[in-house]
Amino acid sequence: MTQNILNIDPPSGNNFTALKKTGLAMFSVGMLFFLISFTSVTEFSPLLFFTLSIVLPSAGALIFFFAQLKSSLPGVKKNGIQFMSATNRGLIGWTTAVFLTGMYILIYWFPELLENLIRIFDPLSFALNGNPSNQWFLYGTLYTIAVLVMGVRMLIHNRHSKYQIIRTLSVMFVQLTLAYLIPMFIQNGFFFSYFWPLKQEYLFPSSYEYLTASGGIGMFMFFWAAVMSFIATPVLTYFYGKRWYCSWVCGCGALAETLGDPYRHNSDKSLTSWKIERWMVHSVLVVIIVITALLWIDNANENFIFGEFVHSANKWYGFFISAMFAGVIGVGFYPLMGSRVWCRFGCPMAAILGILQKYFSRFRITVNGGQCISCGNCSTFCEMGIDVKSYAQRGQNVIRASCVGCGICSEVCPRGVLRLENGPPKDRFELNKEYLR
Amino acid sequence: MSENILIIGNGITGVTAARHIRKMSGNNIFVISSESEYFFSRTALMYVYMGHEKFEDIKPYENSFWKKNNIELIFDHVTQINTERKQVSLKRGNVINYDKLIIATGSLPNKCGWKGQDLQGVQGLYSLQDLKLLESNTRKIKKAVIVGGGLIGIELSEMLLSRNIEVTMLVRESGYWSNILPEEESQMISRHIRQHHIDLRLSTEAAEFIGDENGRVKSVVTKTGEHIECQFIGLTAGVSPNIDLVKNSGINYNCGILVNEYLETNIKDVYAAGDCAEFQNALPFRKNIEQVWYTGRMQAEALARTVCGNKTEYSPGVWFNSAKFLDIEYQVYGLVNMNIPGEKNLYFENEEGNKSIRIVYTDESVIGFNLMGIRYRQEVCVKWIWEKYSIEKVLENLSEANFDPEFFRQYENDLIKKYNSLNPGKNVSHGKKRKLVHSLFNNSAQSY
Repeated sequence: MTQNILNIDPPSGNNFTALKKTGLAMFSVGMLFFLISFTSVTEFSPLLFFTLSIVLPSAGALIFFFAQLKSSLPGVKKNGIQFMSATNRGLIGWTTAVFLTGMYILIYWFPELLENLIRIFDPLSFALNGNPSNQWFLYGTLYTIAVLVMGVRMLIHNRHSKYQIIRTLSVMFVQLTLAYLIPMFIQNGFFFSYFWPLKQEYLFPSSYEYLTASGGIGMFMFFWAAVMSFIATPVLTYFYGKRWYCSWVCGCGALAETLGDPYRHNSDKSLTSWKIERWMVHSVLVVIIVITALLWIDNANENFIFGEFVHSANKWYGFFISAMFAGVIGVGFYPLMGSRVWCRFGCPMAAILGILQKYFSRFRITVNGGQCISCGNCSTFCEMGIDVKSYAQRGQNVIRASCVGCGICSEVCPRGVLRLENGPPKDRFELNKEYLR
Repeated sequence: MSENILIIGNGITGVTAARHIRKMSGNNIFVISSESEYFFSRTALMYVYMGHEKFEDIKPYENSFWKKNNIELIFDHVTQINTERKQVSLKRGNVINYDKLIIATGSLPNKCGWKGQDLQGVQGLYSLQDLKLLESNTRKIKKAVIVGGGLIGIELSEMLLSRNIEVTMLVRESGYWSNILPEEESQMISRHIRQHHIDLRLSTEAAEFIGDENGRVKSVVTKTGEHIECQFIGLTAGVSPNIDLVKNSGINYNCGILVNEYLETNIKDVYAAGDCAEFQNALPFRKNIEQVWYTGRMQAEALARTVCGNKTEYSPGVWFNSAKFLDIEYQVYGLVNMNIPGEKNLYFENEEGNKSIRIVYTDESVIGFNLMGIRYRQEVCVKWIWEKYSIEKVLENLSEANFDPEFFRQYENDLIKKYNSLNPGKNVSHGKKRKLVHSLFNNSAQSY
């Protein structure tokens, strides 16, 4: 007889335990202080207000998640997600969306309104890089805290799945180091984890000049950016599919897979949205390729041919695509349209990876024989809005340009039907034999 | 000349028949249901109650699918079948002529004649209407009793737990689902049920249900006289074919609608399939009535061919099934716990006691796989059973069968070690991890 090593609290008619209440109270009070920190009262003590409005809510959230450890066994945790106001586009969901959208608008275009909030980050900023804080330090710090705190939630909710644990640790680590700490220590703030065309300017002629001017390290950075975009991307995608980047490395993916996880079911699964997605994401890709090409042509001809036109096109791209789409809508609309609005409809990097994944890759999601019961969990929790079950119930491998390989479909499947696999590209589109369907 | 194909029931069986008939013919297809306007996944009703999915999410096809595929859905109740005039009557008064009729009316929860079984707060769980009733029956209650183990029993328990309702489960047998699961697996699930704080009472039967002055259930009395207080009782002691419709129609029935191996009833051009059908002669090692999602689907596939003129026997091949008991997934391929003469069992369970692999074999070949908490490839297991691989050949190639996500701990080596230790002198070793492609596409793949 084997030992039961797992113990949980019994259902008491109310699993809202004291520990959960404590965590939630700390989080709520903390968020209140966060709002208070928009006022000049923060001048009293930036450190105190940082503690109250950043550390307190983070700690509260962590306590809440740890309390969940005690009230459930390892396994799929989706109870009530379609009922809760926060996750089902209820009042709390809409409030969260307005809050996130508002924060992005303030950070991008009205940082002066954030002045008091920015100042509470001074102690941390000085400690880390010796400079006073600004809106980008505030943004990067909040972003990283969100990934880390909600990453812990992801780890706790998915503790039965080693794939999810390793993947979540990967995005948390990459965000903390490559996308937060390292750029802070190197003078030009270079991100080793973002590549053209997601970070479009990294392969612009202006970056080439700017980076190479700073000597060997700058040369290396430009070289890194070019190699990652043109060599590593196709090679890694051939072997592992799009996931090596989108759900393991990318910062946008990191936020989507952690902060965005409670909202993943809100992505639209209809055939119509798939059509819109293909048009939009490939249009953005074409636009940024054209802009990049024109900038280089122009650069080679001393701004003679396209002149002001291409530079203003680039500016508009920066405003509409990089700021509005990727930032404001991409994150602000999490609670309304799921966690991957940007990745799905706008990201040109995702578009390239998607084309590679569909036509030049060993990656697929294999369907296990005829075991699908069409329950719909896979489709419901696909953040990219792929109707996974339409493949599974036909016994057809899932090969879709948009799949980021997060593995949640496989995890929520109650019949063990789906497996993320890398295998020979030949035959990967084949249907299962009929007797198995 | 296209025929009128009329299908009663829009569950997995009826809908699969309709889809396959559409693929093969230009016949007029009508699917009638009074349960729901569109096909939904019955097995997923639990996820709607638990708040994992919305009802919209458990519909396998978008609403536009049916029109696009020229399958006409009729949301109405069939009141009568007239096999002489080849007509069915609908509740709203219409009469529809058919050339061929498929009956796929599914099941109803068993009510075993308990006293008080019709009290308010006592119900089974099968249909969409049952789910709606459950919603109102379980609102703001604290304690529920589930009468009967089995799959619906544990699913209903999980549903109630998700709403923080205390659950007591009464199981007649001495182990959970012990008529299907081997001893060790049954014990594993029994332990797991208790870990979830479900009060599992084995070898316990309900005698009667007691109501309060408002006719609402307030307790259950067991056969040993014990009273258990509750505000809800879930009846999950199996399901039986839903055949009221065929009584007085001239169509022969016993427990279910009697059919031959072509799913034909005694009346020409009338067929039955899925939960409601009963085979006159059961296939070897199978039941006369198969009440499983997969068998309903496979019966419908065979039947669709027959209806389209390509007479096809129902021959489903190697048995398979799967389920999930709270957090533990279950898969079975082939013959397990069937007491086949000469069968041997190789069983491995992990230390935590929540994952296991069982291979059932004879001196000749492997005949069954039973997996708890571990996923195996159907195609590979079925091939091994079908092609009569020996136990040692299977063990050498076992990692090909593993279907768990990447990075999961694999237990194949532990199983092989166990085999070697139980069979002194044997030294089976795990062959080099062969590529999946070899197992699926080598030259013997043609012999399926």
